[in-house]
Amino acid sequence: MAAGNFEKYKSDGSLGGNLLEWVDARFPATSMWKGHLSEYYAPKNFNFWYFFGSLALLVLVIQIVTGIFLVMHYKPDAALNAAGVPIAFASVEYIMRDVPGGWLIRYMHSTGASAFFIVVYLHMFRGLIYGSYRKPRELTWLFGVGIFLVLMGEAFFGYLLPWGQMSYWGAQVIVNLFGAIPVVGNDLSILIRGDFVVGDATLNRFFSFHVIAFPLVLLGLVAAHVLALHETGSNNPDGVEIKANKDENGIPRDGIPFHPYYTVKDIVGVVVFLMAFSAIMFWAPEGAGLFLETPNFYPADPLKTPPHIAPVWYFTPYYSILRAIVWNFFGLDAKFWGVVAMGASVVIFAFLPWLDRSPVKSIRYRGPITKVMITLFVICFFILGYLGTQSPSAMGELISQICTVFYFGFFLGMPWWSRMDKFKPVPERVTMK
Amino acid sequence: MSNQGKMDCGRRRLVVATAAVGGVGAVAALVPFVSSLLPSERAKAAGAPVEVDISKLEPGQMMTVEWRGKPVWIINRTKEMLDTLPKLADQVADPKSDVASQQPDYAKNETRSIKPELLVVVGICTHLGCSPSSKFKAGAEEGMAADWVGGFLCPCHGSTFDFAGRVYKAKPAPTNLEVPPHVYLSDARILIGEDKKGA
Repeated sequence: MAAGNFEKYKSDGSLGGNLLEWVDARFPATSMWKGHLSEYYAPKNFNFWYFFGSLALLVLVIQIVTGIFLVMHYKPDAALNAAGVPIAFASVEYIMRDVPGGWLIRYMHSTGASAFFIVVYLHMFRGLIYGSYRKPRELTWLFGVGIFLVLMGEAFFGYLLPWGQMSYWGAQVIVNLFGAIPVVGNDLSILIRGDFVVGDATLNRFFSFHVIAFPLVLLGLVAAHVLALHETGSNNPDGVEIKANKDENGIPRDGIPFHPYYTVKDIVGVVVFLMAFSAIMFWAPEGAGLFLETPNFYPADPLKTPPHIAPVWYFTPYYSILRAIVWNFFGLDAKFWGVVAMGASVVIFAFLPWLDRSPVKSIRYRGPITKVMITLFVICFFILGYLGTQSPSAMGELISQICTVFYFGFFLGMPWWSRMDKFKPVPERVTMK
Repeated sequence: MSNQGKMDCGRRRLVVATAAVGGVGAVAALVPFVSSLLPSERAKAAGAPVEVDISKLEPGQMMTVEWRGKPVWIINRTKEMLDTLPKLADQVADPKSDVASQQPDYAKNETRSIKPELLVVVGICTHLGCSPSSKFKAGAEEGMAADWVGGFLCPCHGSTFDFAGRVYKAKPAPTNLEVPPHVYLSDARILIGEDKKGA
């Protein structure tokens, strides 16, 4: 499927044809168009769950475009202006109140951040239930985990920029996490902050990471993710390899060209998605305090932590895991192990291709154990996410500890429970349900 | 990989040596970038000591001043507050303030202070750097447990501290709150950030 296996365009003598022939002789235009769109054969049985990859791409475009325009008015400066308000905070208020259309661009960007995680979580869940990470798509999955990590960094850096109370104290807590690493920890967190406390140096470098470094890496990883996918071809809800059954022209019998079939299908997804997106953006941009948290409407105050601080919703499951660890092990304190557990809870997704030992890929042909485990995992994920938004409590701590144990048990026990299940026979060809 | 067994070892060594020297150069080129991330000279110079007037601080009151961008609390403790300290010796993680990094020697005592009633402490939780809230009232009145005797609660991860900034056992914060270097210039004035008058 890779670009280069397609014949170059031969002009029909028209002006457009001549131009395309000229370009094709110098750049693989036709080859890329065919290889990735018009002759990229995707399984014909994609269902609802297959909308979220292209939607993630759409949100990425929304974030980049709105971001470009926000940077034209935003000022990463922690100094106080004449009115005693930090300049960064005031510039966001300026965008919201005085820049024509600024409020809409800013809400697109803030809603886009949450939408990105909703779409990516659903995309990852699709991979989980249909075994999309299994051989031969391990690298696609690994690039995807890389995208997820970079996205988390991108979101974290971006959240500091409005320089509100939650921005400030959230960054303070997360940067101090690195201080838990033995020996080098303290120096490392000073290196990240560029100062002994979160301050102007921190704000400026986070701005640089947010608008330059991480978006560049993100785009590179997205390209690698798509290229790797197009090398192996897409998985599907049946987990059947369509390339195992090709017609006389070498085209998979169960494949249809991505364009026009899936481009058109995805447009339907885009329309529905944009309806939901607009509804949130216009009517509930704060997402009931989940998308834009109330304390962030107060300027950063280094002397006072808000009475209740919590990360934005997409980080709360991992934050709960961090809080669940309250025991010291091996002479290292709980703080360090909390950080380790939180990091592990994210990175562990990368190991899925090798943890899953089930003989079939798709949940459709796997038995009750898989279904129960995945359901419990999702429930645990939601409970951890909910608890992460709440103030610490004894009951919450116990529940989050139980969920944390299950969270890791799900992954670490997978080599065993994924094999023990009852399996149904997998069909030769994909099915249309 | 036989390759006719004609590898030019001299040339191979030169290639390796060139790559190694180039690699050293590339690593050296990282130095200015990484060092630019360190606190600037201006940031380092900003840690000047702060002089505070405490003449208006009534017993039971607390004030917050900024030193090196951090909140420093000065608390004028009442006798009731101080009386809670000896009773908590088996409930706090470091009752005798043995962790040397958390206070100067002159504050290594039960009240963690120079003058018993006046506590000077950096109001930054030793867990992840939030600033704890004061919960001075005993009992459940301020949302604490019924046997709470008063102190501080970190809103981020629930660490609790007593009236001497000592952390309770089995809480995320590993050590007591830090007592900054400070000195009394007079009965009514404290210098925070330095130990010696006029130093």
